[in-house]
Amino acid sequence: MEIQTETILRTENLKAFYVLDMHGTQKIVKAVNEVDLAIKENEIYGIAGESGCGKTTLLKALFNVIEPPLRLIGGKIYYRVNWEEVEVTSLSPEEKRRLRLEYISYIPQGSMSVLNPVLKIKESYQDFIASHVPEQSRKETMELAQKQIVELGLPKNILNAYPHQLSGGMRQRVTIALSALLSPRIMIGDEPTTALDVVVQRGVIQMLKEIQRKLQNTIILVTHDMGVHANVAHRIGIMYAGKIVEEGTTIQIFDNPLHPYTQFLINSLPKFGDKMMRESVPGSPPSLADLPRGCPFHPRCPYTKDICRESMPGFSYPDEKHRVACWLIGEGEHGKAS
Amino acid sequence: MEKLLEVKDLTKQYALGSLIARILITAVDRISFYMDQAEIFTLAGESGCGKTTTAKIVLGFEEATSGTILHSGKPQTRKEKVWITEGVQAIFQDPFSTFNPLRTVDSYFFETVKNYRLAESKTDAIELIDQKLRSVGLTYGEFAGKYPNEFSGGQLQRISIARALMTNPKLIIADEPVSMVDASLRMAIVNLFKKLRDELGVSVLYITHDLATAYYVSDRIAIMFRGNIVEMGTVEQVLMNPRHPYTRLLRESIPQADPRQTWSDTVTLAELEHDEYLREGCKFAGRCPMVMERCRREVPRDLFVGDVLVKCHLYEGSGETSPS
Amino acid sequence: MKTLRDLFRDYRFAFSFGVLVIIVVMAILSIFSPYDPTLWNVVPKDLKPSAEHWLGTDSNGQDIFWQATFAVRNSLIISLIAGLVSRVIAILVGMIAGYQGGMVDRVLMFVGDSLLVIPLFLIMVMLAMLVRQYMNLVILGLMLSFFGWAWDARVIRSMILSLRERDFTKTAILSGTGTVKLVLNEYMPFAMPLIFSTLINNIAWAIGLEITLAILGLVNLNVPTLGTMLNWALFYQSILLGRWWWILTPVVLSLFLFIALYWMSVSISEYLDPRTRIQRVGAS
Repeated sequence: MEIQTETILRTENLKAFYVLDMHGTQKIVKAVNEVDLAIKENEIYGIAGESGCGKTTLLKALFNVIEPPLRLIGGKIYYRVNWEEVEVTSLSPEEKRRLRLEYISYIPQGSMSVLNPVLKIKESYQDFIASHVPEQSRKETMELAQKQIVELGLPKNILNAYPHQLSGGMRQRVTIALSALLSPRIMIGDEPTTALDVVVQRGVIQMLKEIQRKLQNTIILVTHDMGVHANVAHRIGIMYAGKIVEEGTTIQIFDNPLHPYTQFLINSLPKFGDKMMRESVPGSPPSLADLPRGCPFHPRCPYTKDICRESMPGFSYPDEKHRVACWLIGEGEHGKAS
Repeated sequence: MEKLLEVKDLTKQYALGSLIARILITAVDRISFYMDQAEIFTLAGESGCGKTTTAKIVLGFEEATSGTILHSGKPQTRKEKVWITEGVQAIFQDPFSTFNPLRTVDSYFFETVKNYRLAESKTDAIELIDQKLRSVGLTYGEFAGKYPNEFSGGQLQRISIARALMTNPKLIIADEPVSMVDASLRMAIVNLFKKLRDELGVSVLYITHDLATAYYVSDRIAIMFRGNIVEMGTVEQVLMNPRHPYTRLLRESIPQADPRQTWSDTVTLAELEHDEYLREGCKFAGRCPMVMERCRREVPRDLFVGDVLVKCHLYEGSGETSPS
Repeated sequence: MKTLRDLFRDYRFAFSFGVLVIIVVMAILSIFSPYDPTLWNVVPKDLKPSAEHWLGTDSNGQDIFWQATFAVRNSLIISLIAGLVSRVIAILVGMIAGYQGGMVDRVLMFVGDSLLVIPLFLIMVMLAMLVRQYMNLVILGLMLSFFGWAWDARVIRSMILSLRERDFTKTAILSGTGTVKLVLNEYMPFAMPLIFSTLINNIAWAIGLEITLAILGLVNLNVPTLGTMLNWALFYQSILLGRWWWILTPVVLSLFLFIALYWMSVSISEYLDPRTRIQRVGAS
């Protein structure tokens, strides 16, 4: 449905581990393990997976915030800035900070960490603008903010309210509006709707889509709710135990899920008008500090073969834009991401 | 036959604000419902609709402002420990907060055995605990001596159910039991409720905002909005053919796992919760797409359209005030 | 055992543990003292340290080393009584006020807060003057403990107020657990680190206060403590007369005792911090 566009964010064999020192014993949590991603301009890319699969860590890495105990073990992250690809992990802290402000923004799960509870929303905005915008254009930006708030369907007087006077959904929408203020090329959302009621969630998602349509930018959205992905994402990556195990367009993932894990994720969702018995994904997610050998899904997989216990499959490409790492689908070729 | 649980005109008011600028919020507003034996009944609604308050009152953890609660026809007295006298148990929303992080999980089971005098010896106790754990798909061996942080959220929630089962309850109150569990692991827990109902005859008061699992698991459902039950009936009737405008809104807002069924129209959100609580007339009038003049003035009556209770002026005339 | 091993990895703990062992051994040695600590002129006066009198003798004709063993023993007894009794009061008051709430809470917290805001030291001096004739180790310890519980009771109370809202409280209630057991089983483990570290702080505080009262002459000066030893040394102007061995003995002992107690409390409370503790319990 979209035109062929350029890749805006790319990772190569990205590995980011937590290295923890627990009273003398070292513990390594393999949160992001050999991830190759290529995210395009003007798309909403969804990342799905259970809690503890490394989704949030992957986002941190994509946002280029890798701070101890998280360490970059290997691999590269490229942003496409002004038609030129830049490897961002090796930039200086100052350059990283500048990119973060103008080029890529982050929408957190809880809005309270962004909005200062003792300041009016307007003052939070002013603080944000003061640290991101040069002196001479600050006034314009504030006017822009007011215009944007009305455009996004938020009440005009919201800028004069304190955060606690707003409902959770309203706060979350203000947070999103703020993170979109400087028209970033990439917006990263970490479960931005998880704690919200369904009606509010719908409003927040509507707003995200609206912003994306206006700015024609890229949104990377992490959530474990496949229903949300079906509604907003253009492409989806399924993450399991620190790895991307399947990736495809939303239609491909929902119509033709190939990895047994993806199949479980989709089939475990109840549907209206269908009371057929549904099963959860069996077992529990593995600990990232103590991964099973071979394919990390094999202890929970009903189709395990001998080879699954031995080694991790590479990607197979059953279709254009569709890739899956599973021994059932094919031998896999250790190629680069599509 | 006597109902297992009957709630009549239950009301709970809270005072908010300082001494001078005090406002009374009616968190639960004269609600009535009943539960049969071996039935899963859902109280559904968004946060702040009064469903959790209702659960706390039925459990006796909070006192009602007015109204009565009958357990098998017998009125619940103040300060009564219904978990001991009436076989009511509960499971909570956050599995990681259900058990003390500094104690082993099994200690709660042994304590239950001791306090309810369920077994004579330690071996009997272990056998009983193992039996209950097996009914939720775990075994004593994989749980003995472990702390809560050694389990996943889904496991802990199943352990929590096993603990509730220890006393052979007639009614389990489950307050948002899956909202903090991964979507991929929810069905294991929801399926357990079905199993309890079908195999052990246990009733479950399922409190949730997730209409999809509510549809999947429950027999009857009540939709709550700002302290009122706005629609109540069997899940098929209420969720497949919603009548109240709020139920429709809720039903449409659930993201379906189908990329071809996305939302089309836009949705209006409440700006402030307080305003809706304090609204005269129908509380939903502020965002109802079908609002009429009288909705802003008069509180709608409980009307029955067939077997379904609907609290909406739209059905005045077509509905009746008592079930047909 | 594992706990001790982990603790000893901290040099502060290892040091303070060593110092405390030495001091406790010294207190135990008092049993073998050849001299009665209350008698004067049992040895020649004002001797420098020698093989016979390790730390010399004082102007009262007492052996300073053996006198110091009694002083350490008595100071430890006073401060242990003060520390332990005030901990018990703090736990009881904090837990009852926190769990019961309402009127009981308000009354208990009023008493506690009053103790926190009145000028403690002045009251204690006056009280000590009043009961001076009856003053012995136990009474002094109890008196100190009465003034030392209020702050901890307040902290324990607020801790319980927040724990009471956590779901595991309800789980315990639904498991049929009674109130007393619930408070002990569910809440005590959270209060223990606090109680431990403040116990040590409180002991240090009691030793310090005893020294202050003794220097002011408000205790029975015939009972050797770190404070009374200092008092006598100052009384005979030992600094001016160059009898350094006399004044230095209680000063050095008190200093080491204070440093050891302080480091130990810091080290233990770091170890028992609930956040790191939850990570540590069970296999990780």
